[in-house]
Amino acid sequence: MNEEFLNTLGSIVGTATPLVIASLGETITERAGVVNLSLDGSLALAAVLGFAAAWTAQETGVLDVPMQIALGIAVAMLVGALIALLVGFSSIKLRRDQVAVGFVLTLLAAELARFLGADFTRIPGPQITRFNIPLLEHVPILGPVFFQQNLLVYFSYILMFGIWFWLFRSSGGLTLRAIGERPEAAYARGARVQRLRYWYTFLGGALVGLAGAAYSLNVKPGWSSPPAMQGDGWIALAIVIFGGWHPFRVVLGAYLFAALRAVSSHIQTNGLFIFGQEINFPFVLLNALPWLLMIITLLIVSGGLTERLLQYMPRAVQRRLRAFLRSDPPKALGTRFEME
Amino acid sequence: MNIKNPRAIAIRIAFLLLPIAISLAIGAALVIAVGRDPLEVVDALWKGAFKDTRKIGGVVNFWIPLTLVSIGLVVTFRAGLWNIGVEGQMMMGALFASWGAQYIPLGENLAPLLHLILIALAALGGMFWGAVVGLLKIRLGVNEIFGGVALNALVNVISIYLISGPWQPRIGGSAQGTEPFPAPALLPEFSARFPTNIFMIALVIAAFIVVMVMLNATRWGLNLKAVGRNMRSALLLGVATERTSLSAFLVCGALAGIAGSYRVLFTFDNMRPLVSGGIGFLGLLVVLLLSIRLLWAPLVAFAFAAILTGSTRLQIALQLDSSLAGVLQGMLVLFVILFHGVQEVFFPGTLADDDTVEDSAPSVSSVVKEKP
Repeated sequence: MNEEFLNTLGSIVGTATPLVIASLGETITERAGVVNLSLDGSLALAAVLGFAAAWTAQETGVLDVPMQIALGIAVAMLVGALIALLVGFSSIKLRRDQVAVGFVLTLLAAELARFLGADFTRIPGPQITRFNIPLLEHVPILGPVFFQQNLLVYFSYILMFGIWFWLFRSSGGLTLRAIGERPEAAYARGARVQRLRYWYTFLGGALVGLAGAAYSLNVKPGWSSPPAMQGDGWIALAIVIFGGWHPFRVVLGAYLFAALRAVSSHIQTNGLFIFGQEINFPFVLLNALPWLLMIITLLIVSGGLTERLLQYMPRAVQRRLRAFLRSDPPKALGTRFEME
Repeated sequence: MNIKNPRAIAIRIAFLLLPIAISLAIGAALVIAVGRDPLEVVDALWKGAFKDTRKIGGVVNFWIPLTLVSIGLVVTFRAGLWNIGVEGQMMMGALFASWGAQYIPLGENLAPLLHLILIALAALGGMFWGAVVGLLKIRLGVNEIFGGVALNALVNVISIYLISGPWQPRIGGSAQGTEPFPAPALLPEFSARFPTNIFMIALVIAAFIVVMVMLNATRWGLNLKAVGRNMRSALLLGVATERTSLSAFLVCGALAGIAGSYRVLFTFDNMRPLVSGGIGFLGLLVVLLLSIRLLWAPLVAFAFAAILTGSTRLQIALQLDSSLAGVLQGMLVLFVILFHGVQEVFFPGTLADDDTVEDSAPSVSSVVKEKP
């Protein structure tokens, strides 16, 4: 395989990382039964405040570069976590509609990001440095693609396996899934449903904030208006559904979206050649691809169409294919739990 | 609510004013944080919206599309549907009207007829895009929130393609916008001192009355409510749930489409990217603020339109980003929702009879969990 191609794959993994982290965060929040719809705004606000913190530390010179980055990341995570907690609080304590509060917060956070970010538009700031992982970086194909990245990318791998392990191989994860599926039963078995929901909402929100920092300190350093990540929050929410609330599939979905985007932007700058023949086509329309993919994936995993098509398959194939294609949300997702 | 109980009344009034006070306080703190004087901001907002009749005309020009989408969104919310796609429905309406404005050859003497055709086209465009969201949801089980977000983005891609391709200006084509439309297609100003369109104002009032009657005095309105509150019982009661849901999307789409046509045929005189300018989302905020009651929608829409118009002056007078308007509006809606919760949970005896928010807000389970 040629080097250019591997580099492209490596950059796809890099640009997908914020999507990966945000979707994984939302996955654990939704696994606990809470929908945090505010992603599109939280990402922007976390990105701009994280950047502002890191940049201010850089300008005042009180901290060295790694600490500037750490400060930026901490601020961003706090922002994401607080917004998520607000969604949790309004639902758990105040009995408000999670979707309504989440949607209002999406708009509010996005506007706040624009307002507070106005002074930080297009200025360079500190960036997360890249480093290669010894030994692994030399593995053919995998090395250049996965192990010549930066810290956040490596963290996203650990996160994926960590969440998988927690969800499916630990007793804590069993409880987590229980409070999202059947909170009454979990409560009867002694789980503190509300407290756990707060905790996982907080944790998921912190990861969303981290994803915001991943944009402004890494993928597209700095802040611009309109923000570079506009729309990605919605895509991350859709990826969670596409991924069937399973960390591996969620990550796969995030890479798929990033790859599609890379292909479309590559074609838009370099043109499209098939067998040496240049294809002429209004390439602007390629920007529609991620959104078409979003509709199509949702159609496949949650729509009735797949079910109808499956009826024509042989019985043995049917079950396997259904398990592969369809995904069902946690049963108590978006509902409130009242202790009687 | 017990009217004779002064404590209950006092608490009700307090909960009415608290969200406003807190939003304003946080807004003021933000303004101070970026080193400006809150009073100057208030002054700029006021002057930007009400300084003279021209400015008031500007407020009305935001009010018209905002009220139209808010009326439409009351309909979809009644049916328990989150029509985030309203923004795209506006843009699709604007696209249809723009097509007509450029290609329907009717002269100055037939201008009123042309306007009617263009507005009807826009309504069709909005209905078309609303129907896509609706069918995706109802027939194919794609959650309307995600379907709506994706369709908003798609119609924007289509408009950028048209603006930078087939519809680009003869000189200096770019993605900024089309050439101004021919004069007969543009909606006329009432006067230079009050630049707004009277026919559209009349149309908004008519739409308000018609939808009000339809919601409260017809079988259709009852069906919508039944579907919105409990899909399964509505079905068991013999309501054609699918058709009712789809009709809500169509009505909202049509109104949003007309709102979109006003943006291109009056506000801008041409088609440009993101022509809806967030008015659809703002409409969602208006309706959430009112917990889906139609009656006060035009008034709240006017207040929001005034803040929006006034905010354009912030940049010029104080070099402040105009997004402060959105921040204020968002906070207001957020705190109204939260304080409603506080009141309901901690002071349940102080609620008015019609304050059963539980029923008026679309049930979240119908939104998140799709069972086709």
